[in-house]
Amino acid sequence: MQRSKIEATFRYLLLSFVAFTALVPAYIMFSGSFKSQGEFLNSPFGLPKSLNFGGYQSAWTDNFPNWLTNSFLIVTGAVVLTEILAALAAWGFARFPFKGRETILGIMVSLMVVPPVVLLIPLFQLGVELTLISTLRLVILIYVGLMLPFSIYMLTNFFKSIPESILESASIDGASSWRTFRSIVLPLSGAPLATLAVVNLLWAWNELLLALVFLQNNEKKTLMVGITGFQSRYSLDIPTVMAGMSIATLPLVIAYLFGQRFFIAGLTAGSTKGE
Amino acid sequence: MKLASSKSVAADVHIRQRPTLAGRSSREALFWIAPAALVILFIFGYSVVSVLIQSFRYDGDWVGFENFAIVITDPLFLTALKHNGLLLLAVPVLIVLAFTLAITLFETRAGMRFYRSAIFLPYVLPIPVVAVVFGQIYQLHGALNIFLKSVGLDSLAKDWLGDPQIALGTMSSVIIWKEVGFGVILMLAHIISLPNETYEAARIDGAGFWRTHLSITRPAILNTIIFYGVIEAITMVSWVFNYVYVMSNGLGGPGNATMVSELYIYRSAFQNKAPELAAAAAVFLFIATLVLMIAFFRIQRRSIAGTFNR
Repeated sequence: MQRSKIEATFRYLLLSFVAFTALVPAYIMFSGSFKSQGEFLNSPFGLPKSLNFGGYQSAWTDNFPNWLTNSFLIVTGAVVLTEILAALAAWGFARFPFKGRETILGIMVSLMVVPPVVLLIPLFQLGVELTLISTLRLVILIYVGLMLPFSIYMLTNFFKSIPESILESASIDGASSWRTFRSIVLPLSGAPLATLAVVNLLWAWNELLLALVFLQNNEKKTLMVGITGFQSRYSLDIPTVMAGMSIATLPLVIAYLFGQRFFIAGLTAGSTKGE
Repeated sequence: MKLASSKSVAADVHIRQRPTLAGRSSREALFWIAPAALVILFIFGYSVVSVLIQSFRYDGDWVGFENFAIVITDPLFLTALKHNGLLLLAVPVLIVLAFTLAITLFETRAGMRFYRSAIFLPYVLPIPVVAVVFGQIYQLHGALNIFLKSVGLDSLAKDWLGDPQIALGTMSSVIIWKEVGFGVILMLAHIISLPNETYEAARIDGAGFWRTHLSITRPAILNTIIFYGVIEAITMVSWVFNYVYVMSNGLGGPGNATMVSELYIYRSAFQNKAPELAAAAAVFLFIATLVLMIAFFRIQRRSIAGTFNR
């Protein structure tokens, strides 16, 4: 009894220390965005003495609203397109046995780990030739391409788990495969589709490398590219930097708080096959 | 007799239908898969082939392996590779940390949800944001040193990102901080899904915390641990650009202390305008990732076979 009490105390000490370490940077960012430069430098850990919105005001100038809009447009476009294409393809893989299906799926899975920097050079050169640099279209297309392998893989696994009997009763009723897909499969797939959307949203919102290369025009940048440049521009005004960071983080934190279940389901989906 | 014949007729029909059914089925599959396949072929197929071709050319001429020879003898590229290799040392740290936290969370009842959310939060935050905030924390007069001085550990205060000796270590601490939550979630999800009986024998024997988890939990979730290890190894080799780019202002400094292969490729292509060299370096990186991946599939297939044989 005694031993288990000591153990429990150790457990809580460890968890509290780790949770503290995990949360402190976010706290420094949010609290820092309301401080003055001097206050931030002298007491980074203290609560702001008064709420100073100057940082938000200067962060919200010039192209910031543009960047935010671009991020929203790119993320929405890419996530929706990926969802549609991946669902169609996954149904093809899950429902119709054909020669080489396993091999193709295997290659698909392996594409998930191709470093994006490998794709960068040829796609950039092509983008220049087609004058698509600094257009949201090209970035959306590239994001869709990069998100598809995992998305197809995840949905295929889910579709395969739908009981055969449900699908067979539909085909006996004479429903075409399109109708089976639309009126039976999709309604059953709410949770995995939501999970996928959340995971892809997280990835696309946070992506930096491709956005940096393909969106060079200042008005066309995404939020991540924009705030990366913030640091050097406002190096003498840290509250402004922190305010910019806070705005960029907020949509994610909200998504996280409400959709934590989906985040967790999505991130564990890749590891649980074959068990 | 009647029954038998009708059975054989059914089998006959079945056999005769099979080839046509398979043919129809693959044509139908194509119809569903084609749109996604076209996008994937364009993004991956086209790019990988072009990179390969480009890595053998210079100014439109075929130059054989010259680009590879230049890149592999470039001290900067070798430094970058060495740094990726050093970052791999963070993988065992991540595994041990994530496993410890996962079993600790598993044993905790009150407040488990809060701790889990807190520990997972860093994984959700954007890397550029994380890198900028840590850049401030690790300044010479930043939050970490202020904290160390206030608790009397002045001697530990360092120029965390400015000192080339420790800059890469500082960088990997940020990566560990962000990535560990992912491992905790993966492993915890697996531990929770284990059948209840798993722990019964240990409980009856009165085995302690560490013995229980090292001899029961660890082998039971080995698949997940390996999966996590490989994902993180791939991260260290080919997904650290964001951290380095933001924390060193795109330079890989101080000096070349945080230069990694992705940044080398990026700078060769877009700052030094040498896309052929960048392509050759990209091919090297691609091969390194392929090796990791093949190792992964070997191990995974073996462990899946293992679960079936048990």
